[in-house]
Amino acid sequence: MHFLFEPGLLASGPVRTALLVGGIVAVASGVIGVFTVIRSQSFAGHSLADVATTGGSGAFLVGLNQFWGFLAAGIAAAGLMEAIGVQRRRGRDVATGVVLGAALGAAALFLYLGTQQTSTTGASFTILFGSMFVISPDTVPALIASGAVAVLAVAVLARVLLLTSLSPDLARARGVNVRLVGMAYLIALAISVSLSAVAIGAVLSTALLIGPAATALRLTKSPVRAMAASALSGVAATWLGIVLAYDSDDWPPHGHGWPVSFFVVVLVVAGYLLTYVRRPRRLAPRSPHEGAECSPA
Amino acid sequence: MFSGLMLNTWITASIVAVIAGMTGFFAVLRGSTFAAHAIPNGAFAGAAGASLIGINVIWGLAVFAVGGALGIGALGRKARHDVVTALALVLMLGLGALFVSVSTEYAEETYSLLFGEVFGVSTSEVLPIVGLGLVSAAAIALAFRPLMLTSALPEVADAQGVSTRKMELYFLVVMALATSMTIPVVGALLMFSLMIGPAAAARSVTARPGVAMALSVAIALATVWLSITLSYRTNWPLGFFVGVGGAVFYLIGQAARMRA
Repeated sequence: MHFLFEPGLLASGPVRTALLVGGIVAVASGVIGVFTVIRSQSFAGHSLADVATTGGSGAFLVGLNQFWGFLAAGIAAAGLMEAIGVQRRRGRDVATGVVLGAALGAAALFLYLGTQQTSTTGASFTILFGSMFVISPDTVPALIASGAVAVLAVAVLARVLLLTSLSPDLARARGVNVRLVGMAYLIALAISVSLSAVAIGAVLSTALLIGPAATALRLTKSPVRAMAASALSGVAATWLGIVLAYDSDDWPPHGHGWPVSFFVVVLVVAGYLLTYVRRPRRLAPRSPHEGAECSPA
Repeated sequence: MFSGLMLNTWITASIVAVIAGMTGFFAVLRGSTFAAHAIPNGAFAGAAGASLIGINVIWGLAVFAVGGALGIGALGRKARHDVVTALALVLMLGLGALFVSVSTEYAEETYSLLFGEVFGVSTSEVLPIVGLGLVSAAAIALAFRPLMLTSALPEVADAQGVSTRKMELYFLVVMALATSMTIPVVGALLMFSLMIGPAAAARSVTARPGVAMALSVAIALATVWLSITLSYRTNWPLGFFVGVGGAVFYLIGQAARMRA
């Protein structure tokens, strides 16, 4: 066992916080990611992480709490994307791209102004990749709360969300306000993604949102089972990644470990690629829009 | 404002704007916006890898950009395009995180690869960009008809024997080459802003493909020229003006469409 679990792993405070926060984020991302994949909104999910990060650096600049900067920017971006036209499948990518482009411009400015003030050269790196081992334990309650809000919102909306995702016309005929549901989902996504971006960085946020959910949806058609499998495999990848990163302190080059994000991303992508190797036969011939066959359970 | 090194800046930025306007037009038309973000952004990890093993960053950028494009194209056939794009992006960035953490002196370069250093272009850097600009423009112009056909009318393209899949791969590789070579100069994020905003603005004003592409190039040029001027005067980063400028032009285009 010592090969995998270095002695002292669980005695380390930062590691325990990382395991806890990583677990929370992986569960929230796993559950919400299933709908992100079904609704083909991966780009929005990724962009919200980038935009939220921009908000975080903006908040840092004016001396506000970074967590609220992440959250406010994420929700504002979700509103903007919706206003520009996320509801149309075709215009969605462009709306997301325009918002993301503007936010990246703002990020360039904030980073520039930030370096003028404090001369922190590593800022752009931390913003992209985050670092799980530097989360301060007192942000954990806020992280748990916002994760719970996002998951709860999606759980309440699950049935109607599935209906509007798979068959908007049928939903409309039943008197569902498709646009309102889409908006509510996008905001829940924004909350979840800002939470994960602040905790683990924009890269891991996207990896945990899309990877486990896409893997689960390739293995099962039932959305409920997909959500469970996605959350579980997300947690497994995160924890294994943290353990490996902790172990890697002893690997070459000596002096510092390999990043958590590297391990988690590789595990997540490997899991997804494995579904190509061996798949149940009934799923074999598929159109590119495979989620359309996903029946509301 | 137009002397010495600044002249190089104007030339380089104008060429980049033309490339961005042309490739961006098809990126928006084909719904490849996410790939347009993921390929240059992920390619920057290749630069980190190249600097780690001590070769020219251009090679790292090209390998990662083209590798990412081929990966997205190959896996995207069988599965959801956006999922594959997202996973390709995070895999490349995950590798980037590893490269950066292993090498010790890289963090400062990260900023310029992401946001560019268009005000420090040397004359020896201008020539390859001119050449690349010509190649990319020719690659798009030569395949204009099949690209247009597979974007707008995939069924007709199939009937005429034009392979939608091959054109998709062709377009992704052209985009990968065009963006990766310009990253050291303009930055990965700026390239993306410059591809999407002007093209989306042009598309909302006119539906005619030739006109829309010309307009997309014109708006990209206007964005870049305005941004250089403003950045030169205020000393604020170019990326900020390009990012916001693209979005503003898009909003103007939308407003124009609503009035029409």
